[in-house]
Formats: sequence, structure tokens, C-alpha cells
Amino acid sequence: MRRGRALPPWSLTVLAALALLFLLLPLLALLLRAPWASLPRLLGEPSVRDALRLSLVTAVIATSVATVVGVPLAWVLARVDFPGRSLARALVTLPLVLPPVVGGVALLLALGRRGVVGGLIYDWTGWSLPFSTAAVVVAETFVAMPFLVITVEGALRGFDQRYEEAGAMLGAGRLTVLRRVTLPMLAPSLAAGVVLCFARALGEFGATITFAGNAPGRTQTMPLAVYLALEDDPQAAIALSLVLLVVSLAVLLLLRDRWLRRDLLT
Amino acid sequence: MITVYAASSLKDVFTLLGKEFSAAHPGTTVVFSFGSSSTLAQQLTQGAPADVFASASKTTMQTAVTAGSVTTSRVFATNVLEIATPPDDPGHVSALADLARSGVKVAVCQPAVPCGAGAAELFTKAGLSVTSVSQEADVKSVLTKVELGEVDAGVVYVTDVKAAGAKVRGIEIPTASNVSTSYPIGVVTASTEQAAAAEFVAFVLSSAGRQTLAAAGFGGP
Repeated sequence: MRRGRALPPWSLTVLAALALLFLLLPLLALLLRAPWASLPRLLGEPSVRDALRLSLVTAVIATSVATVVGVPLAWVLARVDFPGRSLARALVTLPLVLPPVVGGVALLLALGRRGVVGGLIYDWTGWSLPFSTAAVVVAETFVAMPFLVITVEGALRGFDQRYEEAGAMLGAGRLTVLRRVTLPMLAPSLAAGVVLCFARALGEFGATITFAGNAPGRTQTMPLAVYLALEDDPQAAIALSLVLLVVSLAVLLLLRDRWLRRDLLT
Repeated sequence: MITVYAASSLKDVFTLLGKEFSAAHPGTTVVFSFGSSSTLAQQLTQGAPADVFASASKTTMQTAVTAGSVTTSRVFATNVLEIATPPDDPGHVSALADLARSGVKVAVCQPAVPCGAGAAELFTKAGLSVTSVSQEADVKSVLTKVELGEVDAGVVYVTDVKAAGAKVRGIEIPTASNVSTSYPIGVVTASTEQAAAAEFVAFVLSSAGRQTLAAAGFGGP
């Protein structure tokens, strides 16, 4: 018998089932109470389609930005020995513990038109970031990037460095080792990090509404639409949550599928 | 101990009223939960353990009454809108009409909450077409954006401008074109502290309560 097929200890099974039930029950409740009849009408509403499109576009851009700068950051944190490295590691996780609304205020203080950096830009150009679609991307990147950095950094630290050393001894430069040895080994963790980051960006609410405000079509993403619909039409809010849920699930499954297949090829 | 659910625009004055009430009724402490009136009304429907509900609009209170959360209510105060700008007035705003000027960044409440509905009515009455950069979840969020200087103007309540002190500059709206909102208060039907809750409601409606409300800028019922 293959080891993977052996029966797991029953105590673990019970606890695992409890955990799964705990995670699924609220989602199940959402499905049970969803106003299915009004779902098609809601989906046809331009405001809902705008919010959905905006959510997907901003989450994709935020994830791309987080990947382009976050993977190098993870690599530096895992592979380069520099003073203050533990502090830098702790600081990277800070947006995870910060309530997102506080993150939004911090972004305003940094990048708003009266902000530490944003003030300079505003004085020079008269342009300011808050209340724009770009601000949504910034808020999402700020909140979601740590997920990617931590996942990738953890994987890098867990690797057997002998493969990279062997590559280097065979004459490959540091960047070549990164590209030909490290990154391929990293693929599954990178995929997990990207998926986590995307999921977090898609669901981002607090930092977005604080930093980017709520303007339909420009900064109103699905989570904002859901929250604001709760004020006057809870049924619509449930339906909107459902849409967001289905779309997230579809995207996550799709991504997983692609990466899993790629894993099998390599 | 009684728990009072109150609209976020009542935060400062109710905190004060709570202290005064506790001083007059030793042994009874008042705990508050502030939020947008409609959110609070919904939480009541879901069985939130509150004893008193004070809403920023009659419509929201009516929703709570219809849902059976509150039996009867009485209006204890009124409020009118006012324009708030950052103290240095970056958008050169001096009257309501300036909010319709292009390039002026305006924040309002979202239409589903009382202050947002009020702002929309205000603009309609004045025949103005205002494109806001943000429709915030509640009035305090609008005020925050003004205080941080990220918007040129926000439509808030008179009482918010008063409470913010020097942090914002207020521009009064002439009474004829202004929009007013009423604040009803009532005992929550499912409350386990009916007597104490009724006493708190009576205190808010008393002349002492009205004085505190007037000092904060609220109008009489």
C-alpha cells in the first residue's frame, strides 16, 4: 500500500473535519440565505459589473507589482546577510497585523496630498494619488504583498542551498543561479504566494476605503460595494458577496490548475 | 448597565450624556456602540444585546420599529448640514455653489446613510450637480478626509464641525436651502433592562439633556 493512501489517525481526522466545517459553515450559510431569484438582475446591473471589473483589474495589477518587487525582497531577506535583517523581516510582516483601516490612514499620511512623500509630489505637479484607481492598487499591494514575501522567503530558507552552490561552482553567476536553479525550485511556493496575495488583494476592504475612498466605477471594488449595500439592502449585499465568492473561487481554481500542471511537467 | 446603540454623529454628545446620566444615577453605567444608523438597526434585527437605540433619521428608526426591534420612539434633537473644509481652504470654497466647480474635491456620505441622503437632497434643492471624489460610509469618515486635507470640502453636520474645533473650517448653509434631519430615540423591545433604559431615554429628552445637546450644536425637536 502506498503511504499516502494509509488511513490517517482518527484524532487528526476529527480535528481536520472540525477545521474544515468551521471554515465552510459561514460560506454555506451565505449560499442558503442567498436571494437566488434576484441574482441575475443584480449581475446585470452596470454598477455591479463595474465593481467586479475594477476588483479583478486592480487585484491583478497589485499581484503583479507585488510579485515583481516582492520576490526580490524575499530573496534578499533569505539569502543576503545584512545588519538589521531580522528587523526588516519583522517590518515586512507589519501590514499583516495592522488593521487595514490603519494601513489606509498610514498610506494617506505617506502618499496623500498632505503626506510625507505625497505632499512633495503634489507641490511639484498638483497631482495626488488618493481617490484614484491607482490608489486602490497601492492599498491592495500594501496589504497583500507581505503574504507573497513571507511565503517565498520561507520556502527559500527551507531549501537545500547545495543545489545553488553546485550551480555556482559550475561557473554560473548569481543571477543565472537565481534564474536557472532557485526560481524553478521555488515555483510551487511562488505559486502559493501569488495565489494568497491575489486572494487578499481581491478581498481588500479597509485600506482601500480609507485611502482610495468610495467612488463607483473608479475606486468602488466588490468588497466596498458589499459593505455599502449592507447599509440599505442586506439581500443585495449577500448576493454581491456570493458573486465575489464565486469569482474568487473560479480564479483560484484556474490558477491552481495551471500551476499544478506545470509542476507535473517539470 | 445599559447598552446604547447610537448613530455615529451622536458620538461626542452621547458620551457626555452617558457620563451625566451615570452621575445622576449611581450604579448604572452606560455603554455605547456607535455606528451608522442603518448598520445598528440591522444588528438589532439580528438580536444584538442593546437597551436603547438612537438613530440619525426617522426612516431608519421606522425600519427598526417595523422589524419589531423598537416599540415606540420620540424625536429628541435635530441637526442640519454644514460644509467643512481644511483650515487653510485649499479649494477656495466659500459657498455651497463652489462644490460644483470642477477641480474641487468633495467627499460626502454614501446615499444609503442619512448624511448622504441629506447631501443629495441639498444639491438637488440648490440645483447643483456635484461629482464627489468619494462617498464615505459614515459622516466621521468624511470629516477625517477633510481633517487630513485630502479633500477640499465635505458635507457633514453642523455638530461635526463644532466638535472638530480648529481642525476644520465650517461654512454655514443658509437655512432656506439647508436640509435637516431628526434624531428619534427608543427603548429596544427585547431589552432586559427596560426600567433603566426608559430612564436613559427620559434623561435625553429632559431639559438637562436638551441643554447638553444644544451646547453641542443640536437643534430642539
